[in-house]
Amino acid sequence: MKELNFDAVVIGGGAAGMAAAIELDTAGFSCAIVEREEGLGGILGQCIHNGFGLIEFNEELTGPEFAERMEERLTGSKIASFTGTTVMEMDARAEIKTLYCYTAKYGVLRLNARAIVLAMGCRERNRGNIRIPGDRPAGVYTAGLAQRLVNIEGLVPGKNAVIIGSGDIGLIMARRMSWVGCKVHAVVEILPYPSGLTRNIVQCLHDFGIPLYLSHLTTRIIGKDRVEGVEVTPIENGAMMHEKAFVIPCDTVLLSVGLVPENELSKTAGVELNPMTNGPVVDSMLMTNVPGVFACGNVLHVHDLVDYVAEEARRAGQNVARWLKGDKPSREARLKAGSNVRYLAPSRVDLDRDNKLYLRTLIVKNGAMLEVKVNNRVVKTQKKSHIQPSEMITVELGPKDLESAAGSPDPVVEVSIN
Amino acid sequence: MKTGSGRYDVCIVGAGVCGANIARRLSAYDLDVVLVDKESDVSFGVSKANSGIVHGGFHHNKKHLKARLELQGAMMFDRLKQELDFPFRRCGIVVAAMHEDEMRAIEQLYMQGVDNGVIGIEMCSRERMLELEPKINPDTLGGLWVPGGGIVEPYRFVFSLVESAKKNGVEILTDFELCAALRAGDEWTLRAKDGRTVKARYAVNAAGLFADEVSAIFGAEEFTIKPRKGEYYLLDRMTKARPDRVVFPVPTNISKGMLVIPTVEGTVLIGPTAEALDDKTDLATTREQLEKILSSARTMIPSISEYDVITSFAGLRPTLDEDFYIAMSQKAPDLVQVAGIQSPGLTASPAIGEYVKDLLKKAGLRLREKVDYDPFVGKRPHVKDLSPYEVDELAAADPAYANMVCRCEKVSEAEIVAAVRAGHTTLDGVKYFTRAQMGRCQGGFCTYKIIKIIMRETGLSWQDISKNGGESRMLKDAL
Repeated sequence: MKELNFDAVVIGGGAAGMAAAIELDTAGFSCAIVEREEGLGGILGQCIHNGFGLIEFNEELTGPEFAERMEERLTGSKIASFTGTTVMEMDARAEIKTLYCYTAKYGVLRLNARAIVLAMGCRERNRGNIRIPGDRPAGVYTAGLAQRLVNIEGLVPGKNAVIIGSGDIGLIMARRMSWVGCKVHAVVEILPYPSGLTRNIVQCLHDFGIPLYLSHLTTRIIGKDRVEGVEVTPIENGAMMHEKAFVIPCDTVLLSVGLVPENELSKTAGVELNPMTNGPVVDSMLMTNVPGVFACGNVLHVHDLVDYVAEEARRAGQNVARWLKGDKPSREARLKAGSNVRYLAPSRVDLDRDNKLYLRTLIVKNGAMLEVKVNNRVVKTQKKSHIQPSEMITVELGPKDLESAAGSPDPVVEVSIN
Repeated sequence: MKTGSGRYDVCIVGAGVCGANIARRLSAYDLDVVLVDKESDVSFGVSKANSGIVHGGFHHNKKHLKARLELQGAMMFDRLKQELDFPFRRCGIVVAAMHEDEMRAIEQLYMQGVDNGVIGIEMCSRERMLELEPKINPDTLGGLWVPGGGIVEPYRFVFSLVESAKKNGVEILTDFELCAALRAGDEWTLRAKDGRTVKARYAVNAAGLFADEVSAIFGAEEFTIKPRKGEYYLLDRMTKARPDRVVFPVPTNISKGMLVIPTVEGTVLIGPTAEALDDKTDLATTREQLEKILSSARTMIPSISEYDVITSFAGLRPTLDEDFYIAMSQKAPDLVQVAGIQSPGLTASPAIGEYVKDLLKKAGLRLREKVDYDPFVGKRPHVKDLSPYEVDELAAADPAYANMVCRCEKVSEAEIVAAVRAGHTTLDGVKYFTRAQMGRCQGGFCTYKIIKIIMRETGLSWQDISKNGGESRMLKDAL
């Protein structure tokens, strides 16, 4: 068995993994990226639409272009990339952590490292997860799988589609399928508001005349061999209106019903997860409860822009470098999700440094007020002209904001939205 | 291996668990046997969607043929596991009583089990139940413990039986939908919808849900198979609710109730419901039935969570009478009827193989043991079950063992290729054979890879790629 030693190993070669690895390499640490697909870039490779890179590169790029730019930063570095390589086992209990990676190139590869960065991304929720009853014919795909088939394999899964869920990938696929000659009959969303970004509703549905059914639940998939239709039931005042149910004939169902951080490997290594995000609980350095194991990107919490992923991962990479040098936060405060806040990541802030928090709200509101309290005293407020659950909110907190936490034995920083 | 006359000794209609057991049993003799099925792969009917239980022998009274075959069949699994390559484990069965009335039913089941000669059967107090199965509801009053009960992956069992049968000379014809059976002299001519014909001296009707229709085609007994639908939920292998034993409720007079099953492969299955239907192709799940499963399963194992659900599906049991109907037809010559094989059909199936062999012998089929009969099939390696060191060794000979295709169920490219080369060329065929697409992402990540491997290995074009044969095509266009 081939065995190699590194200061750090990054699991996942998408935007998060590459960004974290670049920082580690810049700081002078030896670093490897393990990526299960044949090339780096992760899911960016199949996202051939534009809208990426506005923050990270100050210009509008497609997914493959964004990935390419990241890869350019890798060239010239000493980062070892193992593609087509899947991490199958992780033992992170000891100071030196061990990963067993399977690859057709070397067989089993044993990688040892002092630090591990989890950057495995997320997976799509599927029909079973949201428990849509009915027949089980061919023609039911997750939107991301359909995207892969169309954009990379050149194979079109259907000619008449209904998209369930108004997540961004679903909206993007509504447009993409229209372009390859598939009639998209509807997008069906259970919530009273769309789950995807507003720009995608406009550019992918309105521009193509695709109807969006809000507050509608898909109650049955119909079809013996291949999908023949979906039964959709309106929801009024929280109750299903069975007598108003109708069938939309179609041959294909694409599901865009949410993403789940993919943490099965993390769980086997003893990493504690936050049930609100399905991602690891991390401190101000983005380190999990397992010392030396860090997390960033969509495996930590699902982001809506790859630019945020890269930014968070860069910070993770810098933190790992700090940690490898023995630098640890001397004073931290616990973060608490207050009113109307679904979750906050990370779970702790460093009282002596600049912190960047990501949060998601539970409500849709115009003219909202975000409030940060330290031990129940308001230290910062921010006006938000419009908030909704699908759009991530960022907050920056520096040592000045957190001054009043000093001296308290268990300081609590609470973020709420009203 | 047909003889010169182009005639088989036996044609078995239906490649489910009964047909496969009968075929394999007959393959031990110098006979020409053909196994035909209307689906595109074996085990695609009743045998693919059931609870996968090797029952404990206490549910049915010995006066019934099915109880006797169940007891005999259950005993045969250990040897079959040695010879074949399928997942099976005797994890034991507990039956949990939640009310006083149910304790009385438990007592009756216990007495029936003792009378049937079930080894190790025990009446349990609440404490004993919690010791045997710590995940069980602490409000249980007590129950029954049957250590010999077990779990099996039903489709893998069929695949392995068929592989063994094939190895010993049985021919398999899929997509063979029987539409006519003509008797001339001492010979049946069986014609499929696509025009293919098979000639055979004897025929076996093991057509599961369609045994009534096949019987009619043969001009044999008239009876009606009533499908009874059972819906299931499959839970993620990481669920905290996975029990160590199969957990049964106290049975009712229509079914054995909804179970919590720790599958051999590490996931958890809950169900089935029991709903009488008319349509033999209705495999739809319904919201109402699925809700029933969750609430029923939770009364036994309270930690079951809907968040652990990775898929739901339904299977149909072929119900006829209270008992199995396995006999020589009284109307059509040289035809064995194997019908109404509902629960405990999977458990009984190896014994059904024996039973049918004996019926054929009595009917005049000459059984001469094959000198070169080999009951063993090679065990295929599964990366999921191996240590990194073992995988490294395998990969030295075939690197495809270290190329992971399905991350959720840990299936390598080599295993997918083996499935395709063994003739499983649909996505469902590959799924049942290898488990790829059966895990938590339900094929979200690996479907396109499997499609590509099938196309590469078989030369099929995208138009031919299907979920499970027929018109279940996966793709509609290429760019």
